[in-house]
Amino acid sequence: MKSREPFALACPVPLSQYERVVLAHGGGGRLMHQLIEGMFRPAFATAEPALQHDGAILDPVGRRVAFTTDSYVVQPLFFPGGDIGRLAVLGTVNDLAMCGARPRWLSCSLILEEGFPMADLWTIVQSMAETVREVDVRLVTGDTKVVNRGKGDGVFINTAGVGILEHDLVIGPQSLRPGDACLLSGDLGRHGVAVLNAREDLGLQTDLQSDLASLVPPVLRLLEAGLEIHCLRDLTRGGLAAALVELASSSGLEISIQEAAVPVREEVRSACELLGLDPLLMANEGRFVAFLPPSQAARALEILRAEEVGRDAVLVGKVGAEKNGTVVVESPLGGRRIVDLPAGEQLPRIC
Amino acid sequence: MKFLDEYRDADLVHGYCERLKRLVTRRWTLMEICGGQTHSLLRFGIDRLILPEIELVHGPGCPVCVTPLEQIEKALAIASRPEVIFCSFGDMLRVPGQTGDLFSVKAAGGDVRILYSPLDALKIARDNPDREVVFFAVGFETTAPAHALAVLRASREGLQNFSLLVSHVLVPPAMEAILRSPDCRVQGFLAAGHVCTVMGWREYKPIARRYRVPIVVTGFEPVDLMQGIYLCVRQLEEGRYEVENQYRRAVRPEGNTEAQRRIEEVFEVVPRKWRGIGSIPSSGLALREAYANFDAERRFSLQDQIWEEPEECRSGEVLQGKMKPADCPAFASRCTPEHPLGATMVSSEGACAAYYRYRRENPAHEIT
Repeated sequence: MKSREPFALACPVPLSQYERVVLAHGGGGRLMHQLIEGMFRPAFATAEPALQHDGAILDPVGRRVAFTTDSYVVQPLFFPGGDIGRLAVLGTVNDLAMCGARPRWLSCSLILEEGFPMADLWTIVQSMAETVREVDVRLVTGDTKVVNRGKGDGVFINTAGVGILEHDLVIGPQSLRPGDACLLSGDLGRHGVAVLNAREDLGLQTDLQSDLASLVPPVLRLLEAGLEIHCLRDLTRGGLAAALVELASSSGLEISIQEAAVPVREEVRSACELLGLDPLLMANEGRFVAFLPPSQAARALEILRAEEVGRDAVLVGKVGAEKNGTVVVESPLGGRRIVDLPAGEQLPRIC
Repeated sequence: MKFLDEYRDADLVHGYCERLKRLVTRRWTLMEICGGQTHSLLRFGIDRLILPEIELVHGPGCPVCVTPLEQIEKALAIASRPEVIFCSFGDMLRVPGQTGDLFSVKAAGGDVRILYSPLDALKIARDNPDREVVFFAVGFETTAPAHALAVLRASREGLQNFSLLVSHVLVPPAMEAILRSPDCRVQGFLAAGHVCTVMGWREYKPIARRYRVPIVVTGFEPVDLMQGIYLCVRQLEEGRYEVENQYRRAVRPEGNTEAQRRIEEVFEVVPRKWRGIGSIPSSGLALREAYANFDAERRFSLQDQIWEEPEECRSGEVLQGKMKPADCPAFASRCTPEHPLGATMVSSEGACAAYYRYRRENPAHEIT
C-alpha cells in the first residue's frame, strides 16, 4: 500500500523481539514501558515532559480554548489516501479548526488487540507522528491498553485536542444569519467511496484516494483575512447532508443548496449511481462548509482556492429567512426537495 | 457523466412539460411500476413539474417491500442459527418482520453479511466449508439471472454448503392483479426498464390488449420519465393501448435471452404471496426440483407459518396505487424509518421511504 512505503523503508520496527502485540504490552509493566519508550516517545519526538507524567500541563495564556475528542475505528486500517493514524490526528485537528481554533495539543489513546502485528502498529504510529509534525501540534499525553484477541478490531484510537482561539468571533450554529453564504471547500464523497471500495473489495477499477487532509490552513487563512465567519463545519460521516441538517436544526433556519453547484468527481458519482448511494451523504475527511456574510463570499472563495485543500471551493447555497430548520436542495430541473438523514448507514440497494 | 447527464438535461425535461401541456385535455392516472422510478420522480420533483391533471400513483415494484413476512421470518430463523453465514443485499437488513429484523439478529450474534452479488456468497461458501452459507434471493426478474447463475455454478462445483432462500416475484402478474381489482384507477403504466432489459417487452402485449391500457417501457432518469409520461399520455389522448419502448438504449423486444435461459433452467413459476397485497397466481419463482438441494427452506426444514401484518400498516394499498404514503395516518408519526410498520418505509425503493425522504413538510422536529 502506497501510504506505508516511506516509513517502512526508513524506519525499522523497534521492539523487534515481538512481532505481535501481546496482552502485557498494555499491562502496565516492563513491556508497556518498553513500548512507550521504544516506539511512542521516539516517534512523537523530543523530550515531551508530559509523556512521563499522568497528564500534560498546558498554558493557554488567557485566551479562549477549544477542546474536542473523537474515536477512530475505521476499517480497513490502511486505505487509499491515508490510514487510521493520520485520520486520528487530522480528524481531531479538523474539529478544532471548525471551532476557529489553532490546534496546539493532542492526547492519544491506543486500544490494541492482542496479536496485532507490531510492524503495522509501527506504521500507524509513524504516520501519526508525521501528521502531528505536518499540522504543527504537540502530542503531549497518551495511554495504551491491550484487549484480548477477538475483543477489538486491530487498533482503536482516541485522540483529544486543545486549540487556542486567536480572535473574538463566535463561530457556531448560533451565529448563522439569514442571507449568509454557504461555501463548500471541495468535491464530495471521495473518502466514503475509497474506504468502501477497499473494505468491501468492490473491485471498482479506480485510483480514487480519500480526501483526508488538514483543514487548519484554509481556516486560519480565512481568519487572518479578518473575515466575519459565522459558522464552520467539517463534513465527516453523513457527509454534506448530515452537516447541514445539524446546522439547520440547531439554528432553526432554512439552509438551501443548489445541487448543480455541488462538486462531485465522476468516479464518485459513478460508484454512487451504481450502488444506489447519495454523494451528499457520503463521508469526507478533508472538506468543510463555511458560512459568512454574502458580501464576503467572493473574497473567502479566493482565499480558499489559494490553498491546495480548497482548490475546488464553491458557493453552494445560502441561509434562508424561513425559520423551519430544514435543508432544501434545489435540483437543476427546478424541483425542491428536503434533505434528511438516513436512519442508519446508507445501504446499497438490490437492483 | 456519459449516459447520465444527457438524461438529466433540464431543457429537455421542460420541453416535455410544454409538450404535455399542449396534449392534455383531461385527467389521467398513470402508475410507474418500479420503486426506483418512484424515487427518481420525487427526488427530481417531476411529479410537481408536470400538470396537475396527470396523477402518478406508485406501483408494487420494490422487491424489498413485497417480500412477505413469512419469508422475512424464515430469514431471521435461518440467520440466527450458529452454523449459518446469512448473506443478503443491504436493503433487506432493516426490513421489519414480526419478531425483528436482520440487523437485530446480527447484533444478537448472528453472522449476517451484506453482499453486492450472490456470486460473492459462493466464495464465502468455498472458504468456509464447515459453515452453511445462505443467500437471501430477493427480487424481480432483474436479480433472478444472477441468482440462477450462482446456483448453476454451485451445482457445477459440487458445493454442498450453499443455498438460496428464494423470494422471487414477477412483474406482469402483479400488473394484472392491479388491473383486475374493482377499484383500480390506473389508466396507463410506465413499465420498469430494468425488468424489461432482462425479459423484453413482448410479454406486456397481451396485458395492454386485454385491459386496454397503454404500457410504456421507461427508464429511470428525469428525461426518461418525462418521455415515458408523455408517450403514455399521448396514447391515452389518442385512444390507443399499445406497448411502447422509451428505454430503447437498454431494452430489446426479446430482452436478454441468455439471462432468460438461465432463469428458465433453474427456476419454475409458482404462486407467491406479496407483502401487503396477498397471494397472486403464477407471480413468483421457486427452484426447480433438480436444484432442490440448494433450497434453504428444504435444507433447514422450515415450517410455513402464517404471519399477520400490523393492522395499522396500509402498505398494501400504497403498493397497489390506492393510497399515497402521506395520506396514511401513521405516516411520519407512528411509522418512520427508525420504527417502521412496513417494508415500504425502510426500503431504498419503497414509496413511503421516498415520501419520508423528500416530501415531509417539516422534518426538523424529529431530529435530535
